[in-house]
Amino acid sequence: MSTIGSERSHTAGAGDTAHHSGGQPDIDVHDPSLSRFELVREGARRDGVEIVHYAPRFPIPGTKAERRIERTIALLFLLTGVAGLAFVVIFVAMRFAYTPGTNSAKLFTPLLGVTFGVALLTLGAGIIMWAKKLLPEEVAVEKRHLGGSPPDDKKIMGAQLGHIAEETAISRRPLLKGALLLGLAPVGVAAVVLPIAPLIKDPHGRGDPLLHTGFDPEYNNGNPVRLVREDGTGIRPDDVSAGGQMTVYPGIPHGATNFWADSPTLLIHLREADAAVARSNLARIPLNAPTPDNPDGGMWQNFIAYSKICTHLGCPASLYEQQTNRLLCPCHQSQFLITDNAKPIFGPATRRLPMLPITVDDDGFFVARSDYQVPIGPAFWERS
Amino acid sequence: MRKRKFDLNALPAAAGNEIDDRLHAATPLRKLMNKVFPDHWSFLLGEVALWSFVILLLTGTFLTLFFDPSMEETVYNGSYTPLRGVSMSRAFASSLDISFDVRGGLFMRQMHHWAALLFVAGIIVHMFRTFFTGAFRKPRELNWIVGLLLFWIAIFEGLFGYSLPDDALSGTGLRIMNAIVLSIPVIGSWIAFAGFGSEFPGTEIIPRFYTLHILLLPALLVGLVTVHLVLLLLQKHAQWPGPGRTNYNVVGERMVPRYASKMGAFFLINFAVIAIMSGLFQINPIWIFGPYKAAVVSAGSQPDWYVMFLDGSARLFPAWEIRAFGYTLPPIFWPAVVLPGILTVLPMIYPFIEARRLKDRRVHNLLQRPRDVPNRTALGVMAIAFYVVLVLSGGNDIIADQFSISLNATTWAGRIGLLLGPPIAYWVTYRICLGLQQHDREVLVHGVETGIIRRLPDGRFMEVHQPLGPTDEHGHGQLEYAGWAVPKKMNRLGALVPTVKGFFFPVERPSRTPIGNGGRPVSTGPQGQRELEEAERPR
Ligand code: FES
Repeated sequence: MSTIGSERSHTAGAGDTAHHSGGQPDIDVHDPSLSRFELVREGARRDGVEIVHYAPRFPIPGTKAERRIERTIALLFLLTGVAGLAFVVIFVAMRFAYTPGTNSAKLFTPLLGVTFGVALLTLGAGIIMWAKKLLPEEVAVEKRHLGGSPPDDKKIMGAQLGHIAEETAISRRPLLKGALLLGLAPVGVAAVVLPIAPLIKDPHGRGDPLLHTGFDPEYNNGNPVRLVREDGTGIRPDDVSAGGQMTVYPGIPHGATNFWADSPTLLIHLREADAAVARSNLARIPLNAPTPDNPDGGMWQNFIAYSKICTHLGCPASLYEQQTNRLLCPCHQSQFLITDNAKPIFGPATRRLPMLPITVDDDGFFVARSDYQVPIGPAFWERS
Repeated sequence: MRKRKFDLNALPAAAGNEIDDRLHAATPLRKLMNKVFPDHWSFLLGEVALWSFVILLLTGTFLTLFFDPSMEETVYNGSYTPLRGVSMSRAFASSLDISFDVRGGLFMRQMHHWAALLFVAGIIVHMFRTFFTGAFRKPRELNWIVGLLLFWIAIFEGLFGYSLPDDALSGTGLRIMNAIVLSIPVIGSWIAFAGFGSEFPGTEIIPRFYTLHILLLPALLVGLVTVHLVLLLLQKHAQWPGPGRTNYNVVGERMVPRYASKMGAFFLINFAVIAIMSGLFQINPIWIFGPYKAAVVSAGSQPDWYVMFLDGSARLFPAWEIRAFGYTLPPIFWPAVVLPGILTVLPMIYPFIEARRLKDRRVHNLLQRPRDVPNRTALGVMAIAFYVVLVLSGGNDIIADQFSISLNATTWAGRIGLLLGPPIAYWVTYRICLGLQQHDREVLVHGVETGIIRRLPDGRFMEVHQPLGPTDEHGHGQLEYAGWAVPKKMNRLGALVPTVKGFFFPVERPSRTPIGNGGRPVSTGPQGQRELEEAERPR
């Protein structure tokens, strides 16, 4: 009783605005003449809630309208049972393993969804109907206290906090303050360093991976790396018809796996006329340009090879438009002009696709003359 | 030994007493059950997010039992024949097993994915509601910030979860994330290597994302959702203005049983909708995409809808790269790192900016109609316009393909639209708000149109207006605008038969005016008669 009393005084003390509930004294809850609802209303009042309107939906119980609603709700609940049962039966008994072609196993998931969904839907609808159509209607008003705590409490709290500071007397004991700081600092550093340090890896550490791909002879015992298909077989010039293209990988162990995600390369066999244009443009880029000891530049006859990794964000730039000699990246539509050192001509990419200098070895297979001469893929800060 | 009589009816009371003796719970429990909640459909939007989150926890726990977050290569040998013998990561293989070899696994996977989409969608519409009605104002700024944090964590949670199956789409997404991180000045490559453990893709990223996805971020989400709800309980729900509603009270229904049972039922319905969608609509069919291979991508690959705006901004941002002193600042840094950063901070400080601008330090528990705050509403719509242009641009290849427009044209349309769309949206919204406000005031002053035309003795025609309340000597209504809907039709006043609501189409049957006494509307006694006559006076 005492707790309830204090509860009441709390609500009454904190700004009472309601019309007639606030001033009223507590009623004697043990009075046997009180109805149950009167007790409920008293409880609400003690919680600062006034039930201002409370009326049954159907003043005369058992009318046709009321029974109709009851029947509807009952029907909904029964439907829940039916759908739930169907769900359990289907879940336990139906065959679901994948079999090619059209077959009943394909219906497993849809049937689960529909039966489960109908079961929950009817249950939910029934409950809502019960709450909205059968429960007596009610309007309750709860008081709200604006602003912060009562001034007294604020004052006391301030004193309490001040007192705590005073008890520790931190300001009066500079030695302790200093010692604590000195002690805490390394612990704080440790708390930050401990979880982060193990993650740190030098991106330019062993092999400088951002600058090298699987076409680096270093990964092939110093020998030039072959261009191979996904299954590891080498490629001869005859394998790619004029106007055609092929995705190639470095001919090293696991060269076609995601471990060498920086290496996929597009080998393109240009038509005669396009090849002539491409060749004449090679000189614009010193790295691709012909030199006295390498008169073809980066190309080999009418063949040209570019990194497939888009210089924008690293998607494979794989849509080759033969008519316009453009290579389109499907991710954000950067377009690269194949006949001019793959320079970006539209979209968000800023850099050319790096060219892989190629030639054909003594066995008649394509090999990379060297690794890419610039980092492939998206740019980063220390990439000049 | 005598058998003690066991009174079944007294059991609940006895049990209640025993519990209360130990927990001392009667008073606080009663207070909680008596809590009053205001009712409005827009308050349900946050619940969509809440309940979707619960469903995510349930289905996600199931999925962890079968998923293997490992990037180790394996050869698939499950029941999905088209991929048998293909080498793939164990993450992808176990995702296939969940889809094809675990009973009900596909259903669970699809529920998890649909619930995730609905979760973010629920958060966003709930934030719109909060923003446009001014529910973020004092004292609720903190809960607005908590909500924004929830939004960003939810996006990352979705992004990480989407990346786990290691299929062709999610792998491409991971590669893009890698490139975005690489673009951060000075430390980009260090962060990327710290996250991925090596050059892309390495073997660490999926196990690490898994830990984040099932442990760290869900814990954060649960914690912040709890804070969000506790703050809601402490501060009490804001309410719309209306009869009897003030800044100092909450008018509605007590929590138990009415509000709670409606909430519970709404959870069931939310669950039901997700279940039906997951049964009938395929989502993220990873077996069609295949395992991730660095060299393979398909056109028209889109991320989940909530990241599409970032994809759009990546597509639209021009190729402006900064190179100086041997260092590079890739252009993607601006749309993918700086833009989201601004989008995080700006909304968080908005409540304080607005309060400062309006010099408003009061506590607000009554919501505002968007039309009454044209500036804020227009700003919000401006933000939506910005967002919509970005989302559309995220799918510009599909738009170009479907409508046979040049791809380059759609990119330029997006770039121009991003600059012009928001200001236009601002201006149009502002005007619409003012127009709506004016119409409300007009009805309050001149009354509701009755649709009755009368001919005056001098031959003029005029429409009869029904005033909403007492009028002054000019026949002008004296009601003040109360910040809530003004009735604008006779049947909203109860003067005519209510409109007929249809199931598929609103059948507003033209309510027949009870004519018969000289074309006057419903006679409401001498009082109504007088009002009508006053209303007819030439003004
Ligand atoms: S990744 Fe190629 S355009 Fe963005």
